[in-house]
Amino acid sequence: MKFLGKNLNNPLVLASGVLGNNKEILERVHKNGCGLVTMKSIGPAPRDGHKNPTVIDLGHGMINAVGLPTPGYAHMEEEWKALEKRNFPLNASIYGGSVKEYQAVAQFVTAKNPDFIEINISCPNSEEHGMIFGVNEKSAFDVVAAVKKVIDQPLIAKLTPQAPDIAKIAKACEDAGADAICAINTAGPGMVIDIEAQMPILAFKKGGLSGPMIKPIAIRCVYDIYKAVSIPIIGLGGVTTGEDAVEMIMAGASLVGIGSGVRYRGINIFNQVNQELNSWLTTHGTTLDKIRGAAHKTNCFQESAQ
Amino acid sequence: MKPVTDQTPIMLKLAHKRIDSANFATLFFDYSLDFKPGQFVMIWIPGMDEKPYTISHHNKSRFGITIEAKGLFSKKAVAMEEGDLMGFRGPFGNGFHTISSSNIAVVAGGCGMAPLAPLVETLDRDIIFIHGARSKEFLLYRHRFDIQRQICTDDGSQGHKGFVTDLLEKEIINRKKTDKQPLEMVYTCGPEIMMHRVFLLCESFDIPCQVSLERYMRCGFGVCGACVCGEQVVCKDGPVFDSKRLRTMDDFNKIALLKSGKPVNMDQYFSWRCQS
Repeated sequence: MKFLGKNLNNPLVLASGVLGNNKEILERVHKNGCGLVTMKSIGPAPRDGHKNPTVIDLGHGMINAVGLPTPGYAHMEEEWKALEKRNFPLNASIYGGSVKEYQAVAQFVTAKNPDFIEINISCPNSEEHGMIFGVNEKSAFDVVAAVKKVIDQPLIAKLTPQAPDIAKIAKACEDAGADAICAINTAGPGMVIDIEAQMPILAFKKGGLSGPMIKPIAIRCVYDIYKAVSIPIIGLGGVTTGEDAVEMIMAGASLVGIGSGVRYRGINIFNQVNQELNSWLTTHGTTLDKIRGAAHKTNCFQESAQ
Repeated sequence: MKPVTDQTPIMLKLAHKRIDSANFATLFFDYSLDFKPGQFVMIWIPGMDEKPYTISHHNKSRFGITIEAKGLFSKKAVAMEEGDLMGFRGPFGNGFHTISSSNIAVVAGGCGMAPLAPLVETLDRDIIFIHGARSKEFLLYRHRFDIQRQICTDDGSQGHKGFVTDLLEKEIINRKKTDKQPLEMVYTCGPEIMMHRVFLLCESFDIPCQVSLERYMRCGFGVCGACVCGEQVVCKDGPVFDSKRLRTMDDFNKIALLKSGKPVNMDQYFSWRCQS
Protein backbone atom coordinates (compact mmCIF):
# COMPACT_ATOMS: atom_id res chain seq x y z
CA MET A 1 0.00 0.00 0.00
CA LYS A 2 0.97 3.65 -0.48
CA PHE A 3 1.24 6.16 2.35
CA LEU A 4 2.28 9.72 1.54
CA GLY A 5 3.96 8.46 -1.61
CA LYS A 6 5.93 5.68 0.09
CA ASN A 7 5.35 1.96 -0.28
CA LEU A 8 4.45 0.11 2.91
CA ASN A 9 3.90 -3.65 3.18
CA ASN A 10 0.87 -3.18 5.41
CA PRO A 11 -0.93 -0.53 7.48
CA LEU A 12 0.76 -1.32 10.81
CA VAL A 13 3.16 1.08 12.49
CA LEU A 14 5.51 0.57 15.45
CA ALA A 15 4.78 3.33 17.96
CA SER A 16 7.62 5.58 18.99
CA GLY A 17 9.29 4.71 22.28
CA VAL A 18 8.71 0.99 21.93
CA LEU A 19 11.81 -1.07 21.06
CA GLY A 20 13.26 1.11 18.26
CA ASN A 21 16.65 1.55 19.93
CA ASN A 22 18.85 0.32 17.11
CA LYS A 23 18.73 -0.73 13.47
CA GLU A 24 18.71 -4.45 14.21
CA ILE A 25 15.63 -4.40 16.43
CA LEU A 26 13.79 -2.07 14.03
CA GLU A 27 14.53 -4.53 11.24
CA ARG A 28 13.30 -7.42 13.35
CA VAL A 29 10.02 -5.62 14.04
CA HIS A 30 9.69 -4.94 10.31
CA LYS A 31 10.31 -8.61 9.53
CA ASN A 32 7.63 -9.53 12.03
CA GLY A 33 4.97 -7.79 10.00
CA CYS A 34 5.25 -4.09 10.78
CA GLY A 35 4.78 -1.84 7.74
CA LEU A 36 6.46 1.22 9.21
CA VAL A 37 8.83 1.28 12.18
CA THR A 38 9.45 4.35 14.31
CA MET A 39 12.71 5.15 16.06
CA LYS A 40 12.79 6.23 19.68
CA SER A 41 12.35 10.00 19.86
CA ILE A 42 15.55 11.88 19.13
CA GLY A 43 16.16 14.97 21.23
CA PRO A 44 18.41 18.02 21.15
CA ALA A 45 20.92 16.93 23.82
CA PRO A 46 22.05 13.72 25.55
CA ARG A 47 19.49 12.73 28.16
CA ASP A 48 19.31 9.72 30.48
CA GLY A 49 15.60 9.78 31.21
CA HIS A 50 14.22 9.05 34.65
CA LYS A 51 15.28 6.60 37.29
CA ASN A 52 13.38 3.32 37.50
CA PRO A 53 10.64 2.30 37.95
CA THR A 54 9.82 3.82 34.57
CA VAL A 55 7.51 1.27 32.97
CA ILE A 56 4.92 -0.77 34.87
CA ASP A 57 2.31 -3.11 33.46
CA LEU A 58 -1.11 -2.74 35.03
CA GLY A 59 -2.65 -5.72 33.28
CA HIS A 60 -5.18 -3.66 31.33
CA GLY A 61 -2.45 -1.40 29.99
CA MET A 62 0.74 0.23 31.11
CA ILE A 63 1.92 3.37 32.83
CA ASN A 64 5.29 4.83 31.93
CA ALA A 65 7.53 7.79 32.54
CA VAL A 66 10.74 6.84 30.79
CA GLY A 67 11.57 10.51 30.35
CA LEU A 68 12.68 10.82 26.72
CA PRO A 69 16.16 9.29 26.95
CA THR A 70 18.23 10.13 23.89
CA PRO A 71 21.89 10.11 22.93
CA GLY A 72 21.15 13.55 21.41
CA TYR A 73 20.87 14.09 17.67
CA ALA A 74 24.48 15.12 17.22
CA HIS A 75 25.80 11.96 18.89
CA MET A 76 24.20 9.28 16.76
CA GLU A 77 26.53 9.02 13.78
CA GLU A 78 26.99 5.27 14.03
CA GLU A 79 23.28 4.60 14.33
CA TRP A 80 22.57 6.72 11.27
CA LYS A 81 25.36 5.04 9.36
CA ALA A 82 23.83 1.63 10.11
CA LEU A 83 20.37 2.90 9.11
CA GLU A 84 21.59 4.22 5.76
CA LYS A 85 21.70 0.66 4.45
CA ARG A 86 18.26 -0.33 5.71
CA ASN A 87 15.72 -2.23 3.64
CA PHE A 88 12.62 -1.03 5.47
CA PRO A 89 10.67 2.25 5.69
CA LEU A 90 11.70 4.36 8.66
CA ASN A 91 9.86 6.97 10.67
CA ALA A 92 12.18 9.22 12.71
CA SER A 93 10.57 10.71 15.80
CA ILE A 94 12.01 13.95 17.13
CA TYR A 95 11.38 16.28 20.06
CA GLY A 96 12.68 19.55 21.46
CA GLY A 97 12.10 22.06 24.21
CA SER A 98 11.65 25.07 21.94
CA VAL A 99 10.82 25.74 18.30
CA LYS A 100 14.52 26.36 17.72
CA GLU A 101 15.47 23.01 19.24
CA TYR A 102 12.85 21.17 17.15
CA GLN A 103 14.26 22.89 14.08
CA ALA A 104 17.85 22.04 14.93
CA VAL A 105 17.03 18.36 15.45
CA ALA A 106 14.85 18.29 12.32
CA GLN A 107 17.50 19.92 10.16
CA PHE A 108 20.00 17.29 11.20
CA VAL A 109 17.64 14.34 10.92
CA THR A 110 16.28 15.28 7.49
CA ALA A 111 19.79 14.98 6.07
CA LYS A 112 19.92 11.38 7.30
CA ASN A 113 17.08 10.57 4.97
CA PRO A 114 14.45 8.75 7.00
CA ASP A 115 11.22 8.11 5.07
CA PHE A 116 9.10 10.20 7.42
CA ILE A 117 9.72 12.61 10.27
CA GLU A 118 7.33 12.45 13.19
CA ILE A 119 7.38 15.37 15.56
CA ASN A 120 6.48 14.47 19.09
CA ILE A 121 4.58 17.45 20.47
CA SER A 122 2.85 15.35 23.02
CA CYS A 123 5.09 13.57 25.47
CA PRO A 124 3.92 14.07 29.05
CA ASN A 125 6.96 12.50 30.67
CA SER A 126 9.35 15.35 30.96
CA GLU A 127 8.85 18.70 32.60
CA GLU A 128 10.37 20.74 29.86
CA HIS A 129 9.88 18.88 26.59
CA GLY A 130 7.16 18.85 24.03
CA MET A 131 3.88 18.71 25.86
CA ILE A 132 3.09 22.41 25.80
CA PHE A 133 3.19 22.47 21.99
CA GLY A 134 0.55 19.79 21.73
CA VAL A 135 -2.10 21.35 23.94
CA ASN A 136 -2.22 24.77 22.28
CA GLU A 137 -3.24 25.45 18.67
CA LYS A 138 -0.87 28.35 18.13
CA SER A 139 2.22 26.63 19.50
CA ALA A 140 1.34 23.46 17.59
CA PHE A 141 1.03 25.52 14.40
CA ASP A 142 4.32 27.33 15.04
CA VAL A 143 6.40 24.25 15.68
CA VAL A 144 4.96 22.29 12.75
CA ALA A 145 5.45 25.25 10.38
CA ALA A 146 9.02 25.75 11.59
CA VAL A 147 9.96 22.09 11.19
CA LYS A 148 8.15 21.75 7.84
CA LYS A 149 10.34 24.53 6.45
CA VAL A 150 13.57 22.66 7.11
CA ILE A 151 12.76 19.05 6.20
CA ASP A 152 12.45 17.16 2.92
CA GLN A 153 10.35 14.26 4.20
CA PRO A 154 6.63 14.08 4.92
CA LEU A 155 5.90 15.47 8.38
CA ILE A 156 3.76 13.55 10.85
CA ALA A 157 2.52 15.43 13.91
CA LYS A 158 2.07 13.21 16.99
CA LEU A 159 -0.67 14.53 19.22
CA THR A 160 -1.67 14.19 22.84
CA PRO A 161 -5.15 13.36 24.10
CA GLN A 162 -4.52 15.92 26.84
CA ALA A 163 -5.37 18.73 24.42
CA PRO A 164 -8.72 20.28 25.34
CA ASP A 165 -9.83 19.80 21.72
CA ILE A 166 -7.51 17.48 19.82
CA ALA A 167 -9.35 18.08 16.53
CA LYS A 168 -8.45 21.77 16.66
CA ILE A 169 -4.79 20.94 17.28
CA ALA A 170 -4.88 18.52 14.35
CA LYS A 171 -6.38 21.23 12.13
CA ALA A 172 -3.70 23.70 13.23
CA CYS A 173 -1.04 21.11 12.32
CA GLU A 174 -2.65 20.55 8.93
CA ASP A 175 -2.78 24.30 8.29
CA ALA A 176 0.89 24.54 9.23
CA GLY A 177 1.82 21.96 6.61
CA ALA A 178 1.71 18.62 8.42
CA ASP A 179 1.31 15.73 5.99
CA ALA A 180 -0.26 13.37 8.50
CA ILE A 181 -1.47 13.20 12.08
CA CYS A 182 -0.46 10.49 14.51
CA ALA A 183 -2.83 10.10 17.45
CA ILE A 184 -2.64 9.42 20.26
CA ASN A 185 0.37 9.57 22.54
CA THR A 186 -0.13 8.20 26.05
CA ALA A 187 -3.15 9.41 27.99
CA GLY A 188 -3.27 10.93 31.42
CA PRO A 189 -0.87 11.45 33.01
CA GLY A 190 -1.89 8.99 35.65
CA MET A 191 -0.44 7.83 38.92
CA VAL A 192 -0.20 4.52 40.71
CA ILE A 193 0.58 4.56 44.43
CA ASP A 194 1.92 1.56 46.24
CA ILE A 195 -0.02 1.49 49.47
CA GLU A 196 2.62 -0.49 51.36
CA ALA A 197 5.46 1.80 50.33
CA GLN A 198 3.05 4.74 50.58
CA MET A 199 4.48 6.41 47.52
CA PRO A 200 3.96 6.57 43.77
CA ILE A 201 5.56 3.59 42.04
CA LEU A 202 7.04 5.53 39.13
CA ALA A 203 10.18 7.43 40.08
CA PHE A 204 8.76 10.39 38.13
CA LYS A 205 5.53 9.84 40.08
CA LYS A 206 3.23 10.56 37.12
CA GLY A 207 3.22 8.68 33.85
CA GLY A 208 1.44 8.24 30.55
CA LEU A 209 -1.17 5.52 30.20
CA SER A 210 -1.16 3.18 27.23
CA GLY A 211 -2.56 -0.15 26.14
CA PRO A 212 -6.11 -1.53 26.07
CA MET A 213 -7.37 0.78 28.84
CA ILE A 214 -6.93 3.88 26.63
CA LYS A 215 -8.38 2.47 23.40
CA PRO A 216 -11.76 4.23 23.75
CA ILE A 217 -9.96 7.56 24.19
CA ALA A 218 -7.82 6.89 21.13
CA ILE A 219 -10.84 5.89 19.05
CA ARG A 220 -12.69 9.05 20.05
CA CYS A 221 -9.66 11.24 19.24
CA VAL A 222 -9.14 9.67 15.82
CA TYR A 223 -12.87 10.00 15.15
CA ASP A 224 -12.79 13.72 16.02
CA ILE A 225 -9.61 14.37 14.04
CA TYR A 226 -10.97 12.58 10.97
CA LYS A 227 -13.86 15.02 10.91
CA ALA A 228 -11.55 18.02 11.20
CA VAL A 229 -8.74 17.32 8.71
CA SER A 230 -8.24 15.89 5.25
CA ILE A 231 -4.69 14.58 5.78
CA PRO A 232 -4.28 10.89 6.70
CA ILE A 233 -4.21 9.71 10.31
CA ILE A 234 -2.05 7.10 12.01
CA GLY A 235 -4.38 5.84 14.73
CA LEU A 236 -2.88 4.27 17.80
CA GLY A 237 -3.72 3.63 21.40
CA GLY A 238 -4.57 0.23 22.82
CA VAL A 239 -4.64 -1.77 19.60
CA THR A 240 -3.80 -5.42 20.27
CA THR A 241 -5.98 -7.33 17.78
CA GLY A 242 -7.12 -7.19 14.18
CA GLU A 243 -10.59 -6.20 15.37
CA ASP A 244 -9.06 -3.27 17.27
CA ALA A 245 -7.35 -2.22 14.04
CA VAL A 246 -10.66 -2.43 12.16
CA GLU A 247 -12.22 -0.20 14.82
CA MET A 248 -9.40 2.32 14.53
CA ILE A 249 -9.73 2.40 10.73
CA MET A 250 -13.50 2.82 10.97
CA ALA A 251 -12.85 5.83 13.23
CA GLY A 252 -10.79 7.26 10.38
CA ALA A 253 -7.23 5.94 10.57
CA SER A 254 -5.23 5.15 7.43
CA LEU A 255 -2.48 3.38 9.35
CA VAL A 256 -2.68 1.73 12.75
CA GLY A 257 0.04 1.93 15.38
CA ILE A 258 0.96 -0.70 17.94
CA GLY A 259 3.11 -0.12 21.03
CA SER A 260 2.11 -1.59 24.35
CA GLY A 261 0.56 -4.51 22.48
CA VAL A 262 4.10 -5.91 22.24
CA ARG A 263 3.83 -6.61 25.98
CA TYR A 264 0.74 -8.74 25.52
CA ARG A 265 1.50 -10.64 22.31
CA GLY A 266 5.25 -10.23 21.73
CA ILE A 267 6.99 -8.79 18.66
CA ASN A 268 4.99 -11.13 16.45
CA ILE A 269 1.86 -9.12 17.29
CA PHE A 270 2.30 -7.33 13.96
CA ASN A 271 1.97 -10.55 11.95
CA GLN A 272 -0.96 -11.61 14.10
CA VAL A 273 -2.84 -8.32 13.76
CA ASN A 274 -2.26 -8.26 9.98
CA GLN A 275 -3.61 -11.75 9.70
CA GLU A 276 -6.65 -10.98 11.86
CA LEU A 277 -7.30 -7.74 10.01
CA ASN A 278 -7.11 -9.41 6.61
CA SER A 279 -9.29 -12.28 7.67
CA TRP A 280 -11.88 -9.83 9.01
CA LEU A 281 -11.84 -7.95 5.71
CA THR A 282 -12.19 -11.19 3.75
CA THR A 283 -15.02 -12.49 5.91
CA HIS A 284 -16.87 -9.22 5.45
CA GLY A 285 -16.04 -8.98 1.76
CA THR A 286 -14.62 -5.50 2.13
CA THR A 287 -11.35 -3.55 1.92
CA LEU A 288 -9.35 -1.10 4.01
CA ASP A 289 -10.41 1.78 1.76
CA LYS A 290 -14.08 0.91 2.13
CA ILE A 291 -14.08 0.75 5.92
CA ARG A 292 -11.95 3.84 6.53
CA GLY A 293 -14.10 6.34 8.39
CA ALA A 294 -17.09 4.02 8.08
CA ALA A 295 -18.22 4.92 11.59
CA HIS A 296 -18.88 8.47 10.44
CA LYS A 297 -21.88 7.66 8.33
CA THR A 298 -25.13 9.16 9.61
CA ASN A 299 -26.72 6.87 12.13
CA CYS A 300 -30.13 5.21 11.74
CA PHE A 301 -31.81 7.34 14.36
CA GLN A 302 -30.95 10.57 12.60
CA GLU A 303 -31.98 9.16 9.24
CA SER A 304 -35.36 8.06 10.46
CA ALA A 305 -35.91 11.33 12.28
CA GLN A 306 -35.47 13.32 9.11
CA MET B 1 -5.48 -18.83 40.43
CA LYS B 2 -1.78 -18.06 39.97
CA PRO B 3 -0.94 -14.73 41.61
CA VAL B 4 0.15 -12.00 39.21
CA THR B 5 3.69 -11.04 40.14
CA ASP B 6 4.96 -9.30 37.01
CA GLN B 7 2.85 -6.14 37.08
CA THR B 8 2.96 -3.57 39.91
CA PRO B 9 5.67 -4.39 42.47
CA ILE B 10 4.85 -6.79 45.28
CA MET B 11 6.12 -5.36 48.54
CA LEU B 12 7.89 -7.77 50.83
CA LYS B 13 9.70 -7.45 54.11
CA LEU B 14 13.33 -8.41 54.01
CA ALA B 15 13.10 -11.70 55.92
CA HIS B 16 16.78 -12.38 56.33
CA LYS B 17 20.03 -10.77 55.30
CA ARG B 18 23.12 -12.91 55.07
CA ILE B 19 26.49 -11.26 54.72
CA ASP B 20 28.39 -13.57 52.36
CA SER B 21 31.66 -11.67 52.45
CA ALA B 22 32.99 -8.14 52.46
CA ASN B 23 31.59 -7.70 48.94
CA PHE B 24 28.44 -9.77 48.84
CA ALA B 25 25.20 -10.04 50.77
CA THR B 26 22.18 -12.22 50.09
CA LEU B 27 18.68 -10.89 50.77
CA PHE B 28 15.94 -13.45 51.47
CA PHE B 29 12.21 -12.92 51.07
CA ASP B 30 9.48 -15.25 52.28
CA TYR B 31 7.39 -15.62 49.16
CA SER B 32 6.45 -18.61 47.06
CA LEU B 33 7.60 -17.69 43.58
CA ASP B 34 7.15 -19.63 40.36
CA PHE B 35 10.65 -19.59 38.95
CA LYS B 36 13.10 -21.18 36.54
CA PRO B 37 16.89 -20.92 37.09
CA GLY B 38 18.32 -18.01 35.10
CA GLN B 39 15.24 -15.79 35.42
CA PHE B 40 15.43 -12.43 37.19
CA VAL B 41 13.28 -10.03 39.21
CA MET B 42 13.18 -6.23 39.23
CA ILE B 43 13.99 -5.13 42.79
CA TRP B 44 12.55 -1.80 43.89
CA ILE B 45 13.85 0.22 46.79
CA PRO B 46 11.10 2.84 47.18
CA GLY B 47 12.42 6.34 46.67
CA MET B 48 15.71 5.05 45.29
CA ASP B 49 15.61 3.05 42.05
CA GLU B 50 14.69 -0.33 40.60
CA LYS B 51 17.22 -2.82 39.21
CA PRO B 52 17.24 -6.34 37.81
CA TYR B 53 18.67 -9.13 39.96
CA THR B 54 18.83 -12.77 39.16
CA ILE B 55 17.40 -15.18 41.71
CA SER B 56 20.22 -16.99 43.48
CA HIS B 57 18.27 -18.99 46.06
CA HIS B 58 14.88 -20.57 45.69
CA ASN B 59 12.64 -22.97 47.51
CA LYS B 60 8.91 -23.42 47.96
CA SER B 61 8.51 -20.61 50.46
CA ARG B 62 11.52 -18.37 50.03
CA PHE B 63 13.71 -16.76 47.39
CA GLY B 64 16.95 -14.86 47.64
CA ILE B 65 19.06 -12.48 45.60
CA THR B 66 22.78 -12.03 46.00
CA ILE B 67 24.11 -8.52 45.58
CA GLU B 68 27.63 -7.29 45.03
CA ALA B 69 27.90 -3.88 46.67
CA LYS B 70 29.60 -1.69 44.09
CA GLY B 71 27.21 1.03 42.92
CA LEU B 72 24.81 3.43 44.65
CA PHE B 73 21.86 1.09 44.42
CA SER B 74 23.64 -2.11 45.39
CA LYS B 75 25.29 -0.43 48.38
CA LYS B 76 21.88 0.76 49.54
CA ALA B 77 20.43 -2.71 48.94
CA VAL B 78 23.00 -4.51 51.10
CA ALA B 79 22.49 -1.88 53.81
CA MET B 80 18.78 -2.75 54.06
CA GLU B 81 17.79 -4.32 57.34
CA GLU B 82 15.56 -7.23 58.17
CA GLY B 83 11.96 -6.02 58.24
CA ASP B 84 12.60 -3.27 55.66
CA LEU B 85 10.19 -3.16 52.73
CA MET B 86 11.37 -3.83 49.20
CA GLY B 87 9.36 -4.43 46.06
CA PHE B 88 9.79 -6.99 43.33
CA ARG B 89 8.31 -7.62 39.89
CA GLY B 90 8.88 -10.78 37.92
CA PRO B 91 10.25 -13.26 37.39
CA PHE B 92 11.21 -12.13 33.90
CA GLY B 93 13.26 -13.64 31.10
CA ASN B 94 13.64 -17.11 29.69
CA GLY B 95 15.97 -18.89 32.11
CA PHE B 96 18.37 -21.72 31.30
CA HIS B 97 17.30 -24.58 29.11
CA THR B 98 18.25 -27.63 31.14
CA ILE B 99 19.27 -31.00 29.82
CA SER B 100 19.60 -34.22 31.71
CA SER B 101 23.17 -35.44 31.45
CA SER B 102 26.31 -35.64 33.54
CA ASN B 103 28.44 -34.39 30.66
CA ILE B 104 27.81 -30.80 31.61
CA ALA B 105 30.13 -28.01 32.67
CA VAL B 106 29.06 -24.98 34.67
CA VAL B 107 31.48 -22.06 34.51
CA ALA B 108 30.95 -19.25 36.98
CA GLY B 109 32.88 -15.99 37.25
CA GLY B 110 32.51 -13.64 40.21
CA CYS B 111 28.89 -12.74 40.90
CA GLY B 112 27.98 -14.74 37.77
CA MET B 113 27.73 -17.57 40.29
CA ALA B 114 24.38 -16.15 41.48
CA PRO B 115 22.15 -17.22 38.54
CA LEU B 116 24.08 -20.49 38.11
CA ALA B 117 23.69 -21.68 41.70
CA PRO B 118 19.98 -22.64 41.53
CA LEU B 119 20.71 -24.26 38.15
CA VAL B 120 23.53 -26.35 39.63
CA GLU B 121 21.11 -27.58 42.29
CA THR B 122 18.92 -29.09 39.57
CA LEU B 123 21.77 -30.79 37.70
CA ASP B 124 23.52 -34.14 38.19
CA ARG B 125 26.08 -34.17 40.98
CA ASP B 126 28.94 -35.34 38.78
CA ILE B 127 29.01 -32.32 36.50
CA ILE B 128 32.15 -30.27 35.93
CA PHE B 129 31.90 -27.14 38.05
CA ILE B 130 34.45 -24.38 37.44
CA HIS B 131 34.43 -21.30 39.62
CA GLY B 132 36.63 -18.26 39.11
CA ALA B 133 36.95 -14.85 40.73
CA ARG B 134 39.37 -11.94 41.05
CA SER B 135 40.57 -13.25 44.41
CA LYS B 136 39.38 -15.66 47.07
CA GLU B 137 37.27 -12.95 48.74
CA PHE B 138 35.11 -12.86 45.63
CA LEU B 139 34.36 -16.59 45.58
CA LEU B 140 30.66 -16.91 46.38
CA TYR B 141 28.90 -19.72 48.25
CA ARG B 142 31.99 -21.63 49.34
CA HIS B 143 30.05 -24.19 51.34
CA ARG B 144 26.82 -24.33 49.40
CA PHE B 145 27.26 -27.36 47.13
CA ASP B 146 28.29 -30.94 47.66
CA ILE B 147 29.71 -30.93 44.17
CA GLN B 148 33.43 -30.74 43.68
CA ARG B 149 34.50 -27.35 42.38
CA GLN B 150 37.58 -26.41 40.39
CA ILE B 151 38.61 -23.01 41.68
CA CYS B 152 40.69 -20.37 39.99
CA THR B 153 41.52 -16.78 40.89
CA ASP B 154 43.14 -13.98 38.92
CA ASP B 155 45.67 -13.40 41.71
CA GLY B 156 46.20 -17.03 42.70
CA SER B 157 44.91 -16.43 46.25
CA GLN B 158 42.96 -19.68 45.92
CA GLY B 159 43.09 -22.53 43.42
CA HIS B 160 44.61 -22.22 39.97
CA LYS B 161 46.11 -18.80 39.20
CA GLY B 162 44.50 -17.89 35.92
CA PHE B 163 41.22 -18.02 34.05
CA VAL B 164 38.21 -20.30 34.04
CA THR B 165 38.86 -20.94 30.35
CA ASP B 166 42.24 -22.52 31.25
CA LEU B 167 40.42 -25.07 33.40
CA LEU B 168 37.61 -25.61 30.90
CA GLU B 169 40.01 -26.17 28.02
CA LYS B 170 42.02 -28.63 30.09
CA GLU B 171 38.84 -30.54 30.91
CA ILE B 172 37.75 -30.67 27.26
CA ILE B 173 41.16 -31.89 26.10
CA ASN B 174 41.43 -34.42 28.93
CA ARG B 175 38.10 -35.90 27.90
CA LYS B 176 39.34 -36.29 24.35
CA LYS B 177 42.55 -37.98 25.46
CA THR B 178 40.86 -40.38 27.85
CA ASP B 179 37.96 -41.27 25.56
CA LYS B 180 35.50 -39.83 28.07
CA GLN B 181 32.18 -38.57 26.74
CA PRO B 182 32.57 -35.04 25.41
CA LEU B 183 30.69 -32.22 27.15
CA GLU B 184 27.13 -31.85 25.91
CA MET B 185 26.49 -28.42 27.37
CA VAL B 186 28.38 -25.59 29.03
CA TYR B 187 26.46 -23.08 31.16
CA THR B 188 28.23 -19.86 31.97
CA CYS B 189 27.72 -16.52 33.65
CA GLY B 190 30.28 -13.92 34.62
CA PRO B 191 31.92 -10.87 33.08
CA GLU B 192 30.91 -10.64 29.43
CA ILE B 193 34.50 -10.91 28.22
CA MET B 194 34.82 -14.19 30.15
CA MET B 195 31.56 -15.55 28.74
CA HIS B 196 32.70 -14.59 25.26
CA ARG B 197 35.92 -16.54 25.74
CA VAL B 198 33.98 -19.53 27.04
CA PHE B 199 31.71 -19.28 24.00
CA LEU B 200 34.66 -19.14 21.56
CA LEU B 201 36.32 -22.07 23.29
CA CYS B 202 33.10 -24.10 23.08
CA GLU B 203 32.72 -23.14 19.42
CA SER B 204 36.19 -24.42 18.62
CA PHE B 205 35.28 -27.81 20.12
CA ASP B 206 31.68 -27.91 18.84
CA ILE B 207 30.19 -27.86 22.32
CA PRO B 208 26.89 -26.01 22.76
CA CYS B 209 26.80 -23.41 25.48
CA GLN B 210 24.35 -21.05 27.17
CA VAL B 211 25.37 -17.67 28.52
CA SER B 212 23.42 -15.20 30.66
CA LEU B 213 23.80 -11.57 29.54
CA GLU B 214 23.32 -8.32 31.42
CA ARG B 215 22.18 -4.95 30.04
CA TYR B 216 20.64 -1.79 31.50
CA MET B 217 16.91 -2.53 31.83
CA ARG B 218 13.72 -0.60 32.37
CA CYS B 219 10.47 -2.51 31.78
CA GLY B 220 11.73 -6.08 32.15
CA PHE B 221 9.14 -7.41 29.70
CA GLY B 222 10.39 -6.60 26.23
CA VAL B 223 8.69 -3.32 25.38
CA CYS B 224 10.93 -0.35 26.12
CA GLY B 225 13.99 -1.54 24.19
CA ALA B 226 16.59 -0.26 26.68
CA CYS B 227 18.36 -3.63 26.87
CA VAL B 228 18.65 -4.56 23.20
CA CYS B 229 21.77 -6.45 22.13
CA GLY B 230 21.59 -6.32 18.35
CA GLU B 231 18.11 -7.56 17.49
CA GLN B 232 17.75 -9.48 20.73
CA VAL B 233 15.80 -8.03 23.65
CA VAL B 234 17.85 -9.23 26.63
CA CYS B 235 15.07 -8.98 29.27
CA LYS B 236 12.57 -10.93 27.18
CA ASP B 237 14.41 -13.07 24.59
CA GLY B 238 17.16 -13.64 27.17
CA PRO B 239 18.87 -13.13 29.47
CA VAL B 240 20.06 -16.64 28.54
CA PHE B 241 21.22 -17.12 24.96
CA ASP B 242 22.48 -20.32 23.37
CA SER B 243 25.34 -20.81 20.91
CA LYS B 244 23.10 -20.76 17.88
CA ARG B 245 21.73 -17.35 18.85
CA LEU B 246 25.08 -15.99 20.02
CA ARG B 247 26.56 -16.64 16.58
CA THR B 248 24.14 -14.05 15.18
CA MET B 249 24.69 -11.49 17.93
CA ASP B 250 27.37 -9.12 16.69
CA ASP B 251 26.99 -6.93 19.77
CA PHE B 252 27.86 -9.78 22.19
CA ASN B 253 30.95 -8.61 24.13
CA LYS B 254 31.14 -5.52 21.92
CA ILE B 255 28.25 -3.06 22.36
CA ALA B 256 25.81 -2.15 25.11
CA LEU B 257 23.49 0.82 25.45
CA LEU B 258 23.86 3.47 28.11
CA LYS B 259 20.78 4.81 29.88
CA SER B 260 20.47 7.48 27.17
CA GLY B 261 20.32 4.75 24.54
CA LYS B 262 23.81 5.52 23.28
CA PRO B 263 25.69 2.42 22.15
CA VAL B 264 29.19 2.16 23.63
CA ASN B 265 31.88 -0.49 23.96
CA MET B 266 31.81 -2.85 26.94
CA ASP B 267 34.55 -1.05 28.89
CA GLN B 268 32.65 2.22 28.80
CA TYR B 269 29.44 0.40 29.62
CA PHE B 270 30.83 -1.36 32.70
CA SER B 271 32.58 1.68 34.09
CA TRP B 272 29.23 3.50 33.91
CA ARG B 273 27.27 0.55 35.37
CA CYS B 274 29.55 0.28 38.37
CA GLN B 275 28.75 3.84 39.41
CA SER B 276 24.97 3.89 39.05
